[in-house]
Amino acid sequence: MFVDELGAMSVLAGQTFYHALTPPYNLRLLVAQMDHIAVRSVSIVSVAGLFVGLVLALQTAYGLSRFGATGTVGVIVGLSMVRELGPVVTAILVGGRVGSGFTAELGSMRVTEQIDAMRALGVNHIKRLVVPRVILTMIALPLLTIIASTLGVFGGMAISQYEFNVDYHQYFNSLTSYIRVADMLSGLGKTVIFGLLIAVIGCHNGLRTRGGTEGLGRTTTGTVVTASLSVFVSDFFLTKFFWWLEGW
Amino acid sequence: MVTTLTPLPTREPAPTGSPSDTPGGGPAAIALAGLHKAFDGNQVLRGVDLVVRPGEALTIIGGSGTGKSVLLRLIIGLMKPDAGQILLEGTDIVPLRETALLKIRRRTGMVFQGSALFDSLSVGENVAFALREHTTLSDAEIAARVHEALGLVGLGAIEGMDPADLSGGMKKRVAVARAIALPPSVLLYDEPTTGLDPTNVEKITDLILDLKTKLGVTSVVVTHDMPSALKVSDRVAMLHQGRIAAVGTPDEIQRTHHSLIRDFMEGRL
Repeated sequence: MFVDELGAMSVLAGQTFYHALTPPYNLRLLVAQMDHIAVRSVSIVSVAGLFVGLVLALQTAYGLSRFGATGTVGVIVGLSMVRELGPVVTAILVGGRVGSGFTAELGSMRVTEQIDAMRALGVNHIKRLVVPRVILTMIALPLLTIIASTLGVFGGMAISQYEFNVDYHQYFNSLTSYIRVADMLSGLGKTVIFGLLIAVIGCHNGLRTRGGTEGLGRTTTGTVVTASLSVFVSDFFLTKFFWWLEGW
Repeated sequence: MVTTLTPLPTREPAPTGSPSDTPGGGPAAIALAGLHKAFDGNQVLRGVDLVVRPGEALTIIGGSGTGKSVLLRLIIGLMKPDAGQILLEGTDIVPLRETALLKIRRRTGMVFQGSALFDSLSVGENVAFALREHTTLSDAEIAARVHEALGLVGLGAIEGMDPADLSGGMKKRVAVARAIALPPSVLLYDEPTTGLDPTNVEKITDLILDLKTKLGVTSVVVTHDMPSALKVSDRVAMLHQGRIAAVGTPDEIQRTHHSLIRDFMEGRL
């Protein structure tokens, strides 16, 4: 069962890339998805990123204060947000919101025969429906992660100043001294793969929906669970992969 | 007397790549041979053999769950048969991949039981869908074509409306307009009158007849609505226990003493 599902998702991912690279290209469909996938996710990702940064700085500075090392809170918050928390928190939120949305949309199209109608009109449903969703999610997730990580870092800076008297300049200096471009690329690189996983899982579950509205509810819930788990599991392997790339 | 009714043999000779299946010697619009299809071990079709002539309106009748809708889906390649051959205007579509099937489907139209209008698009965008995808027509030309298609199905300027705001009968007619916007040579209707009030049943039935006359398309209608079947058809085929049990003209069907047909017409099947 698991292997079947994994195989079917891999085939869908392969078909998606094939159709994405094969003309004709429809930019209008990509733009249409931009609002749904990226723009409407900005607010939740911003709030989550900011508060994760606030909590992270509180907990980290509290621990560091025992060793009198609160001055290094900036680099710890920065590294955590950029390399790990920003990408994962964004992916989990987007996975829940966008992935389940894909399943609900494509699933309802499936149970009301709209997908078959599209095929009957001679239109490839993967190119028309799946390609824009997958490509846009892969593009949007890094951008949303930049927003979440940036707000998290600035939230950490504010809480460090007001709660632990860590000067803005000190926080900023520790941040810029130790965080490298490779740290940012590692975090953002992971989100591209998270985006691929979330979108393919969401679309795959939608396209295989059976059993009317009850089946639709089942597959939509399944997408939230599967997408979240896939983010956590792949995060470990992607972290190892980027470490390897960085020469660790 | 069953003499005027023409039951098909259980297995016709398999059509070839350039078949001459019709009495006139020309290629059949649709030729099915030995079609089998099962779902999870449930054998729905057990060797369907059927020939539809060009320009003909053929209605497939049969009880619920006999595989009528499955047959329509097989005809345009939305499903693959487990065994058998499907010739659509001379092309064997069974071995074809989806990409090749998509090209073939541009010559066909299908009206789904639940209309299957794209609910994220307006009526006009629904009707224009195939035109935008497959032609290089300008916006103005597409708009004119959409208006013409809606006019053909007896609808006015409703391009801006949402499918959700339409009645059941209007949805069916928009679905027909969408299917004919890119003129098809074969038009398939899956239960076109199901769930409609008597007035709309009459309107849709007349529409199918009208389109057959005006467009000269080959029509295959799946229905269990006998009055509608008798009115629109050149021939009626009965699907029973996975096979075509009998084929005849509406006149033959009405006069037959074939027990299966009589049972179906009198609601005992």
